[in-house]
Amino acid sequence: MEHAQESHAAGQHEHQQHPLGIYFKIWGLLFVLSTASYLVDYFHFEGLLRWSLIVIFMLLKAGLIVSVFMHMLWERLALVYAIVVPPLLLIVLLGIGALEARYTFDTRGTFFAPAATQPAASH
Amino acid sequence: MTPNEAAGTADLMTKYEASGATAAAPAGSRWQSVVSDVSSDQRVFKGVPWGKPMMWIFLLSDTFIFGSFLVSYMAVRQSTRVPWPNPSEVFGLTVFGHSVPLLLIAIMTFILISSSGTMALAVNYGYRRDRKTTFWLLLATAALGASFVCMQAFEWTKLILEGVRPWGNPWGAAQFGSCFFMITGFHGTHVTIGVIFLSIVAAKVRRGDLDRQRPGFLTGRKGNYEIVEIMGLYWHFVDLVWVFIFAFFYLW
Repeated sequence: MEHAQESHAAGQHEHQQHPLGIYFKIWGLLFVLSTASYLVDYFHFEGLLRWSLIVIFMLLKAGLIVSVFMHMLWERLALVYAIVVPPLLLIVLLGIGALEARYTFDTRGTFFAPAATQPAASH
Repeated sequence: MTPNEAAGTADLMTKYEASGATAAAPAGSRWQSVVSDVSSDQRVFKGVPWGKPMMWIFLLSDTFIFGSFLVSYMAVRQSTRVPWPNPSEVFGLTVFGHSVPLLLIAIMTFILISSSGTMALAVNYGYRRDRKTTFWLLLATAALGASFVCMQAFEWTKLILEGVRPWGNPWGAAQFGSCFFMITGFHGTHVTIGVIFLSIVAAKVRRGDLDRQRPGFLTGRKGNYEIVEIMGLYWHFVDLVWVFIFAFFYLW
């Protein structure tokens, strides 16, 4: 966070200039996380373990890319909030989608599945 | 209100203000920066070159597009009563007689991450005004991006030959094909546009446009190394989207 203070003090047009080492470290971390998420599939983890590992690795990777590669860690807070907060609305869409999908799934079960089994049952 | 009550209220007010001022001082100063930025009746993000928020806002809108795709994919996959094809097998490759799950996708992931790495380095060397290194790093990023697109073309060809169509496939739920072509197609388009964008920026860097502040062909703006960082935002975003596609479409 030292760079942040420096760059904010620097004045009119602050450039995002950070030591090269941090990019290499993040690069390496992204490789490790990608390998880990690939191994989740390779070793056929199933159920809750699989989903939680996939989501954790995914969020860590996304966070590293946005905060370091895209320099969000060092941006003005006003810019960070303007960009990072609105996508949270997608959670609402996600909820609506999940509810609707559930309903469609049940409706298909009620109206389509019995019709398919009817000829066999009437025999 | 009796004088006594008024005094009490005033007392409370001062207490409240005092506690607010002392407790919120460290956190408040950061919040205050947000408030003063947006309420100053001037440009909002002070000290930030304006091209950068513009790119960020574009990427925000793109986030919603890809978000909508992924949410509709989720809804479609949840609502079908036919089993979903197993991506681990569908995208597996056979190497030396062994079938390796998701091999091509894993390679594509590593290539895209590497291109993100070279892009980040290019931005850094750009601000150092190291023209040559910046050019080569940008070119490496474009080359990695192009190889990603080629692999995607190979993957598409393979699946189409195996009979995957937007309206059906040999393994299960018909919606698999439409989701696959829509999501990876849109992402591949982004990568392709990114490669073109990268080549243009690389050419500008090599020619020295950014050092000599030569006006741009389309915009007429003075050349500036900020455009390398803005290009970088777009490229990292393409990588970011792939992280979500990889997790939700290929691994789920």
